[in-house]
Amino acid sequence: MSPMSGYLLLSALLFSIGLAGALTRRNAILVLIGIELMLNAANLNFIAFWRYGPNPEALTGVMFAIFSISVAAAEAAVGLSIILAVYRHSKTTNLDKMNSMKG
Amino acid sequence: MPEIIDQIFVLSKHWLLGYVPAGLQPVFSALLSVVPVLIAFPLLFAITTVLERKGLGRMQNRYGPNRTGPFGILQPMADGIKSLTKEDIIPRTADHLVHLLAPLLLVTASFLVYAVLPIGRNMVIANLNAGVLFFFAVGSMVELAVFMAGWSSRSKYSLLGAMRAIAQMISYEMPLVLASVVVIMAAGSLSTVAIVNMQASYTGIWPHWYVFTPWGLTGFVIFLIAATAESNRCPFDLPEGESEIIAGYYIEYSGFKFALFFLGEYLGMFATSAMAITLFLGGWAAPFSFLTWIPSYVWFFTKLLTLILVFIWIRGTLPRLRMDQLMNFAWKFMLPLSLINIFGAGVWHYMPAGLLRWLVVTLLVVVSCISLSRGLRRGKWFHVRTYRFAA
Amino acid sequence: MTISFLLLAAITIAGTAAAMSLRNLVHCVLALTLGLVGLAALYLQLGAQFVGFTQILVYVGAVAILAVFAIMMTRSAEPTEPHGSSSFQLSGALIAGIVFAVLAWAVSSGTKALQVQTLQPEASVNQIGVALMHGFVLPLEVIGLLLTAALIGAGVLAMDETRGAR
Repeated sequence: MSPMSGYLLLSALLFSIGLAGALTRRNAILVLIGIELMLNAANLNFIAFWRYGPNPEALTGVMFAIFSISVAAAEAAVGLSIILAVYRHSKTTNLDKMNSMKG
Repeated sequence: MPEIIDQIFVLSKHWLLGYVPAGLQPVFSALLSVVPVLIAFPLLFAITTVLERKGLGRMQNRYGPNRTGPFGILQPMADGIKSLTKEDIIPRTADHLVHLLAPLLLVTASFLVYAVLPIGRNMVIANLNAGVLFFFAVGSMVELAVFMAGWSSRSKYSLLGAMRAIAQMISYEMPLVLASVVVIMAAGSLSTVAIVNMQASYTGIWPHWYVFTPWGLTGFVIFLIAATAESNRCPFDLPEGESEIIAGYYIEYSGFKFALFFLGEYLGMFATSAMAITLFLGGWAAPFSFLTWIPSYVWFFTKLLTLILVFIWIRGTLPRLRMDQLMNFAWKFMLPLSLINIFGAGVWHYMPAGLLRWLVVTLLVVVSCISLSRGLRRGKWFHVRTYRFAA
Repeated sequence: MTISFLLLAAITIAGTAAAMSLRNLVHCVLALTLGLVGLAALYLQLGAQFVGFTQILVYVGAVAILAVFAIMMTRSAEPTEPHGSSSFQLSGALIAGIVFAVLAWAVSSGTKALQVQTLQPEASVNQIGVALMHGFVLPLEVIGLLLTAALIGAGVLAMDETRGAR
């Protein structure tokens, strides 16, 4: 097994863990964290491909990871404030209980 | 001869490494760099505690500790023995694992930060390419440790203290980072070693420290204020306000864990002071060209002690802020001023050297400082306070 | 496949798996932090120093703290979360398992043909800065806009409406 496939397998595992969390957990904050994990798995892929792939001097993988981290940060901030706003209306963060369109 | 004294620690490290088999050399090299730092800064912590208590005592017209040893200088030893032998109380409802991990994480993060601080010429544990970024990244772990301490104690007071501390640290981290951006712009590097090397030259007898420019001075003052807030010291010590929430996030800690919190807090203060020195005050460089024969580490520790004394002086002088004042000051004054300061540094870089750029940048900073402070106190008028003593 | 990689991978997986399975939400966030620090260490091992430190700064210093604040403000720290029905959980785990199987198959069959660079490439802060200011200046501006919009939007969303409308 080449060193790169180790990183890629780890990234696939991280993605699946994040997906499983986002699908099975019922708390909105945890679902958001699961989505963050999936984004992080993608970042690990970018860095691994930059390290072992051709043309590392173009820095494309590193750049993509940096931009992806900042997008993830913005997503977390907006997502958590949406959760706060929803909580203020429905007094719950359980996704199963947020089944009413009325505020 | 001065060079040998200057480099004596580096030379002795290499001399010692000569006796170690080649396979073990990396390990021993790391050990020989790390262990002195692990000894020197806790020692400085011990000295500082007694200095602070004596200094505050003098400012408040009392003696301070004077029972243990001559002039009370053995007081830290007595404190250490006391905290080691005290009972370690853990609340029954506390989250035991998190309660234990919080002080450990705090002290670990506080120590890790010293890896990138150049203590003297060629004396740095790791010359990282992104040293300043490492400093702020590891420094941000302290917030998590504070939250862990406050939450795991299961006490209202400690949770409130932790929330206050985190809100304050996040708010003041932004001016702290933005103030150091000007230096990074000027030096063109994130490596602390390169930043100090840029400042270690002289015109005539005057050094090239960044604090001797309008944007550098502004950045230094912002950095110092933000560092005071970041290390939870007076006048920003309301996370541990004794009169409202008793001791903040470490109220439920006792014995040695409490001492670890104390140590972590002081180590954080030393680290931010050392970073201020590295960024603005020329690190280990001598203040005048004719004083370069004094070893570099002596200059570093002299500057560090001076800054610590300034912190003690501020603590003895200023009253504590209110929470809304604290937040307003961070977001409405410090943050815009540091952004304008970055703009000023850019203007400075692109203008030809001479008196004109001094004038322009100084004017920019002073005008924005005055207008921002007027905006901060809009609608409020502070009269001159008068006091009448009891007859 | 070095020992350091295996160790860091174990830390990362343990942290993230705990983050997705523990009952107490605060424990979840703390475990997540451990996992993300492990991931940052993996970036450092791959030679991407800047990304690794940025990861620690953003995730430990900002996202974890944000999540913790959200947990405290929505009073969901108590481990009373009623788990969904077991069939629901099972199907979710099954989907994730299938996804992992497909990805693992693709990785193991796809990387055989790939030529692997053995030289450690360099990504100094200087190079990254130059690249950001030349080739990637448009994405940089877009990210700046996005972050500003997120800052304002998050502030407006989280503001208490009864007090915010003055």
